[in-house]
Amino acid sequence: MSTSPQEVRRVSGGEGEHGHLEEFRTDPIGLMQRVRDECGDVGYFQLAGKKVILLTGAEANEFFFRSADEDLDQAEAYPFMTPIFGKGVVFDASPERRKEMLHNSALRGDHMKSHAATIEREVRRMVAGWGDDGEIDLLDFFAELTIYTSTACLIGSKFRDQLDSRFADFYHLLERGTDPLCYVDPYLPIESFRVRDEARKSLVGLVQQIMNQRIADPPADKGDRDMLDVLVSIKDEEANPRFSADEITGMFISLMFAGHHTSAGTSSWTLIELLRHPKILSAVTAELDDLYADGQEVSFHALRQIPLLDNVVKETLRMHPPLIILMRVAKGEFEVQGHAIHDGEFVAASPAVSNRIAGDFPDPDAFDPDRYDKPREEDVIHRWTWIPFGAGRHRCVGAAFGTMQIKAIFSVLLRDYEFEMAQPAESYRNDHSKMVVQLAAPARVRYRRRK
Amino acid sequence: MGDYRIEVDLDLCQGHAMCEIEAPEYFRVPKRGVVEIPDTQPPESARPDIERAVQSCPTRALTIVEKEN
Repeated sequence: MSTSPQEVRRVSGGEGEHGHLEEFRTDPIGLMQRVRDECGDVGYFQLAGKKVILLTGAEANEFFFRSADEDLDQAEAYPFMTPIFGKGVVFDASPERRKEMLHNSALRGDHMKSHAATIEREVRRMVAGWGDDGEIDLLDFFAELTIYTSTACLIGSKFRDQLDSRFADFYHLLERGTDPLCYVDPYLPIESFRVRDEARKSLVGLVQQIMNQRIADPPADKGDRDMLDVLVSIKDEEANPRFSADEITGMFISLMFAGHHTSAGTSSWTLIELLRHPKILSAVTAELDDLYADGQEVSFHALRQIPLLDNVVKETLRMHPPLIILMRVAKGEFEVQGHAIHDGEFVAASPAVSNRIAGDFPDPDAFDPDRYDKPREEDVIHRWTWIPFGAGRHRCVGAAFGTMQIKAIFSVLLRDYEFEMAQPAESYRNDHSKMVVQLAAPARVRYRRRK
Repeated sequence: MGDYRIEVDLDLCQGHAMCEIEAPEYFRVPKRGVVEIPDTQPPESARPDIERAVQSCPTRALTIVEKEN
């Protein structure tokens, strides 16, 4: 007979009004690591009025990632998304609906070749005005580039061609509107939420202008229609437009959200880690030079193995996962490793903590791309703790697209340019004050065209 | 037959069809379906293709299991 499960232990600290919220807003990874250090695989911290049960390690993570939506619900776990998407746009769908979307969507394997060509084109447009040398801010550069790649691939090139940097700027302000205070109330009267709401209105304004142009000048040929042409052409029973600019903007924001800051951040960190490890950078550059000596396109190679670059991207994702915490809400009573989880409690997994468990990833703070070579293959062997893309039923549907995108971006950049740091190596860091983690400013690098 | 067989965890497969791109002779993913593997014990010569397919699976649903001697 099993004994009744014990209650989960609380991590130290968090004596303030909102429990550990203040610490979560300043050093979330430190807080979550302390949960593991003090409480083990199952422990909790207090976020405003809610307990967040943090699971780490393979066994607890497997429970988290195998759970069905009916048991661990995702929809209520991210209250900061509702004001960004707009009411009525769902954050996440059931696994069944997700499968359906995947099979109808741009993310299936067979669309990747044309996406790779699109991404190469967008990188070349971004660097067209670069000249022979200069300096860029990584956050600005990659956040704008990935606005263009995600709109071009997911909505259509025609829509992308009607955008300029204003769309990226407003979109960035939306992402900044994800202060963990949303766990108190996502509509608190604070500056970043006010800026968020203004930025959303500005995006709706930009989309409205493009819609007006599409309505005034509809494409003659059905083949020329992109997703926006289709959406503006749909009418309700009274022959009025079915979707407002606000609703269409919400759909586009939600379509792009998961792939944007994640790809921008991972691109930035890939370059930063390469610059911190010059030998690996030369080896990757040589690998790309050799590979493309066959005259093939980026759309050919970015879809295939680029062994060292593949390993570098995996190691970058392990050390700098774009999502540091994944949340669910328990819908019922559960037991994990002898601990009780109660109905209504938040349950979380942390890529930032699990990806650095020393038992699974020896010397976890060292950047070591070789850990993915045979026979180590630490990402495959530790599939429940190597979790930059999550795992199981909710594993990132865009993982293959995202990886290909990074490979396409660096296939262009590293063959045409040399880069160097424009600030001390250790000064590149993430800003963890928002739920959407972004590179902290400044993060500047210099480029020079290769001879 | 090689010294290995392919196992699939259909609880995890979401039908991304990345395995089919790597090794179309051994993996088939119908539209709206999950992976089908008619022959789970391919020859040794196919191992590199199968390994790439396993590695490319975005949901880690595929595993290679070595046979006991």
